[in-house]
Amino acid sequence: MHTVSITVNGVRHERAVEARLLLSDFLRSEVGLTGTHVGCEHGVCGACTVLVDGEAVRSCLMLAVQCDGREVHTVESLAGEAGLHPLQQAFREAHGLQCGFCTPGMLMTLVPFLRSNPRPSEFEIRQAISGNLCRCTGYAGVVEAVMKYVRDSGDSGDSGDGGGR
Amino acid sequence: MRRLVGVRVPRNEDERLLTGRALFVDDVHREGMVHAAFLRSDHAHARIRAVDVERARRRAGVVAVYTADDLGDYWRPGPLLVPPPPIEGLVFNQATQVPLARDKVRHVGEPVAMVIAESRYIAEDALEDIVLDVEPLPAVVELEAALRPGAPLVHEQFGTNLAARARQVKGSWDKARAKAHHLIARRYRYDRGVAGAIENRAVVASWDARSEEMTIWDTTQAPIPVRNGLARMLGLPESQVRVIAPFVGGGFGPKIMMYYPEEVLVPWAARRLGRPVKWCEDRRENFTATTQERGQIHDAQMALDRKGRILGVYDRFLHDTGAYDPYGLTVPINSQCTLLGQYDIPHYDSEFTAVFTNKPIVTPVRGAGRQHGVFVIERLLDAAARELGIDRVEIRRRNLLSPGDFPHDHRIIFQDFQPLVYDSGNYEPALDKAIELAGYRQFVSIEQPRLRAEGRHVGMGVACYVEGTGIGPYEGARITVEPSGTVRLATGVGTQGQGHFTVFAQIVAEVLGVSVRDVHVVTGDTREFGWGTGTFASRGAVVAGSACRAAAERVRDKALDLAAKLLGAGRGRLELDGGRVFVRGQPERGMSLGELAFRANPLRGAVEPGSEPGLEATAYFGPARGSTSSGVHAMRVEVDPETFQV
Repeated sequence: MHTVSITVNGVRHERAVEARLLLSDFLRSEVGLTGTHVGCEHGVCGACTVLVDGEAVRSCLMLAVQCDGREVHTVESLAGEAGLHPLQQAFREAHGLQCGFCTPGMLMTLVPFLRSNPRPSEFEIRQAISGNLCRCTGYAGVVEAVMKYVRDSGDSGDSGDGGGR
Repeated sequence: MRRLVGVRVPRNEDERLLTGRALFVDDVHREGMVHAAFLRSDHAHARIRAVDVERARRRAGVVAVYTADDLGDYWRPGPLLVPPPPIEGLVFNQATQVPLARDKVRHVGEPVAMVIAESRYIAEDALEDIVLDVEPLPAVVELEAALRPGAPLVHEQFGTNLAARARQVKGSWDKARAKAHHLIARRYRYDRGVAGAIENRAVVASWDARSEEMTIWDTTQAPIPVRNGLARMLGLPESQVRVIAPFVGGGFGPKIMMYYPEEVLVPWAARRLGRPVKWCEDRRENFTATTQERGQIHDAQMALDRKGRILGVYDRFLHDTGAYDPYGLTVPINSQCTLLGQYDIPHYDSEFTAVFTNKPIVTPVRGAGRQHGVFVIERLLDAAARELGIDRVEIRRRNLLSPGDFPHDHRIIFQDFQPLVYDSGNYEPALDKAIELAGYRQFVSIEQPRLRAEGRHVGMGVACYVEGTGIGPYEGARITVEPSGTVRLATGVGTQGQGHFTVFAQIVAEVLGVSVRDVHVVTGDTREFGWGTGTFASRGAVVAGSACRAAAERVRDKALDLAAKLLGAGRGRLELDGGRVFVRGQPERGMSLGELAFRANPLRGAVEPGSEPGLEATAYFGPARGSTSSGVHAMRVEVDPETFQV
């Protein structure tokens, strides 16, 4: 067993874990944050995407021990007291989700993407989510949601600070 | 009445889904919960000589290991979910799945042993400890080979791999062929695939020995039938079994399959061990242990007159049912019926042969066999158009049923056991609109020749279809107006992303004059509503939606009756809007629905004979037969001639 100290959504969690424990299982069972969904456990579907030190990673391809001393943000970090994150709001308005299982991974992929590329083209948006599978085939709604978010955040220059809260 | 049905509104469920608060089965955690993993066959077909689980049982952290022999009387083949329809001369060989394979494994992924351990990690470690001694047998893979004499047998007791055969005929194909100016004959293969919902299947079961109640969270499209069947298997009254299908991450058909081995075994183990048990399928399991579909070979012919009008269609097809056939003949019957499409086909002769193979079980997936039929008729028409030198849209237009042809009785039996009757239809406007939106004329006359000259292979497909949907038997809904003014709606059809929390709310909100957000929908929990069948065949909005509307109308009647009395105004003068009942033209003379609900449930006084307390009503809707929808798809596709990438 290895002792790890991982900060998840701003709260530090110290646990003794097996070396083989996946980050996804750590988040879901040890921390109890079940918003991170597990769809394939081999890095293909993207549903389990979270931020580690601000970068999108697949939590099913990372071990909890690799995150010792690092900061993790999950989908639960996006909405604040003021309500939904603007990207979540855009997803809601543009019907960017159906069953919603892939949605946390989509959001956690898009948050750092939009931070580094606040004015993406449609092609760039499609590329950004190309590693996130939506089996309801709702990609058109997802792309529309992101474009709406980009349009709405255009004037204020505020692209949201999701995941960094 | 303010229209809310058909209006684009934000969904009631989205906030929960977007923030990660929505409950999926894998999110369920119970105190003392243990985890299941299954040892599955790596062989498509093999005789089991021995299953040695002793080492697995001794591993630290393992709670129990079960094989077929440990199940005693609980080991039983599953029920036949859909019996074959009343078609004359039909042959059906029933072989349903078993909880754990006993003598033989019949497909890769078939479970052989179940391990229960303190964690999934340990449970999977223990799978490696099990020694499965098998004698591999030749596998039945190809449909035609499966029917040849001497082929290995999936189920020896039948002496054949034939699972079913059914022929449906209208008119006389021989007459049609004799009159034909032109005959098209083609072979079409429709290959097998997986549904691949993004959420794998999962079951959590928790037995409460004090109340003797079993609670099961299940990624099912049919929580009520699952409850009924598991209660029967577990020997419990239905009222002591509660099945909850919370948020489900996509269904697409395989989650309507019932009494999967894991679904049967996890509750059994929870009761036996006195501890909650969780099993979540992993993706590898999903590819073999969850049911699949497609897999047909059609030898089809079409007889046409000089002008390209269809005289008749003849089809013989093989249908791959996989290793077992618990879902009866729904899929091939759908193929057989849906092939007729939007067209006037006076003579039709279709016979299918369902075949057992050593592949995962076939049950409905997205379309449930309909698209196979559409594919065949549409490809035949394309071939006919090419050979007769008629435009592909024009040949379809010449064969469409006319608005005057409805209701149109095809004189064959549909999957709901009722005659295949199209209730209504008007197909030509949709065809016109589709080719206009797709720019078909411009494409075929100008663009396509230009692209071809550039060496690019770009085409446009046009396909018409009729979808029989909205089938019975029934669904129900209960609506309660609470004193807070919140309207609570409970129905049996769970959601896998269709937007039930919003669609049903829209229907009810429109009738009761409240906002969509104020209608709180509960679906997929048998304790909240225990009557119904499930979410399949695109029937939720039609069947459950109609029940919601009927229940809402009853609640509306109750509210108006009571308000008329309290306000001293005739019912006909009352209006419901903005969550209030008031006298038309005098909005101040009224009261909120919440207050009415409060007044309808008095502490003193009398609820008059013949009336009921509260603003609550339950209603059911059962359609006499399915309803008919139709559509046209047009799509532009480019194929790379070297890689065949589309």
